[in-house]
Amino acid sequence: MTARYSALTILRQGLTGHKGWPQAWRKARPKPAYDFVIVGGGGHGLATAYYLARTHGRRSVAVIEKGWIGGGNTGRNTTAVRSNYFYPESVALYDLALRLYEGLSRELNFNVMLSQRGILNVAHTPGQMEIAARLANAMQLNGVDAELWGPDEIRKRLPLISQSLDSRYLPNGGVFHPRGGTARHDAVAWGYARAADGLGVDIVENCEVTGFVMQNGACVGVETTLGEIRAGAVGVAVAGHSSRLMAKAGVRLPIHSYTLQAMVSEPTKPCLDTVVLHLGTGTYVSQSDKGEILIGGGLDRVPSYGQRGNPPMQEIILSGLTEMFPAFGQLKLMRQWGGVVDVVPDSSPLIGPAPVPGLYLNCGWGTGGFKAIPAGGVLLAHLLANGSHHEISRPFDLDRFRTGRLIDEAAGSGIAH
Amino acid sequence: MLFPCPFCGPRDETEFHYVGEPKPRPEPAGTVGEADWADYLYVNANPRGPAREIWLHLACMDMFVMTRDTATNAVLGAETPGRAS
Repeated sequence: MTARYSALTILRQGLTGHKGWPQAWRKARPKPAYDFVIVGGGGHGLATAYYLARTHGRRSVAVIEKGWIGGGNTGRNTTAVRSNYFYPESVALYDLALRLYEGLSRELNFNVMLSQRGILNVAHTPGQMEIAARLANAMQLNGVDAELWGPDEIRKRLPLISQSLDSRYLPNGGVFHPRGGTARHDAVAWGYARAADGLGVDIVENCEVTGFVMQNGACVGVETTLGEIRAGAVGVAVAGHSSRLMAKAGVRLPIHSYTLQAMVSEPTKPCLDTVVLHLGTGTYVSQSDKGEILIGGGLDRVPSYGQRGNPPMQEIILSGLTEMFPAFGQLKLMRQWGGVVDVVPDSSPLIGPAPVPGLYLNCGWGTGGFKAIPAGGVLLAHLLANGSHHEISRPFDLDRFRTGRLIDEAAGSGIAH
Repeated sequence: MLFPCPFCGPRDETEFHYVGEPKPRPEPAGTVGEADWADYLYVNANPRGPAREIWLHLACMDMFVMTRDTATNAVLGAETPGRAS
């Protein structure tokens, strides 16, 4: 393991001008062959490598990343973590991730700045309140913390929320999920990278996978811009580009890729101490540790691989923000960006063997991949190490489209990704 | 963005609804297995670059095929299909 971070090392480094910090992970060159090659150096790929090494003791592992690690959707999300889902299969998956997040800073010896400030879905109409009660009940039955709030609790916790009787969406109640919150997205990628590197995993950046090496109909490695790399098994975790990459293996997936918008305002004083999802407008918002108001919304209406702004959608999101928090209308926007997300018809991820032997998938997380990183890593590592499903990933196999056992979270929890 | 409705001409993108990729429906239904049917229902090419897509113009309810570059969002053409292609 690499040098441990501790209060004592900070003190010691402080006394010597912070000149002696070791490199957090090596810049590896690829070897000709590994037991496991993971394509995609985002949170899911790095977590997969870490759990392969840590849980399964498999050290011959490479992570291949075409850019820099954590530079795709891991660096573009709105950092929310939560497990407020409806179906038992989804709760098992996302709560595994949240439980792992709760111990992650200690496990990785890297502060991922998990802040369990809670997440609140605000409801307005009697119909939405019934759905909110149904979701809170389902969450409680599945062993996840959930509280059904009325208007008084919301006004107490969110004094800035629009409360005028003239407002279009009165905050009449909602579901509060106290263990939800935010985590530092870059730190999750860096923490997993550093810990995996410490266990002997090679992290190869600036190396694009251009094809798969096939032998007798099975995948036995990858072609890259740095040459061929052989592998016992290949894991694919390339959110936003799963269809493109898998097309190189002749595999087509039940995915449409869309751009998802996000923006931050200029920093302001602390004024919002929870994550809010507004059912009326579809906008969600939180305040970062730096004071910026971080704003997101639903998918663009047009399928696209363009990682850029889309003015009609930005207008919808921002009009939602000023509807729910009129005071935020005075803030200036500081940055806006877009990430490409892989959307599956039932809004649930694809985890399992690809139709090609030797190839395993972890994709299709839609707008919700960041919160699931630890679980995605555990489950893909299990698949690669054992060649078979973990019981939690079994329902998310590609075969559900053939059998019809879809896990429709857009209908279940109203989370449209 | 402006999208070209074959009936109304160029209109704002917010008036349009994405329907899906044009693909041949497997026939006859009685002989189609569950894997082929699932392919038809759910699986997409989802290309990066030029793509043929079915769109609905919500204002006039005209359904048409638009060719669009999914990386640059440029519109490359629109056609009213005579028959399902």
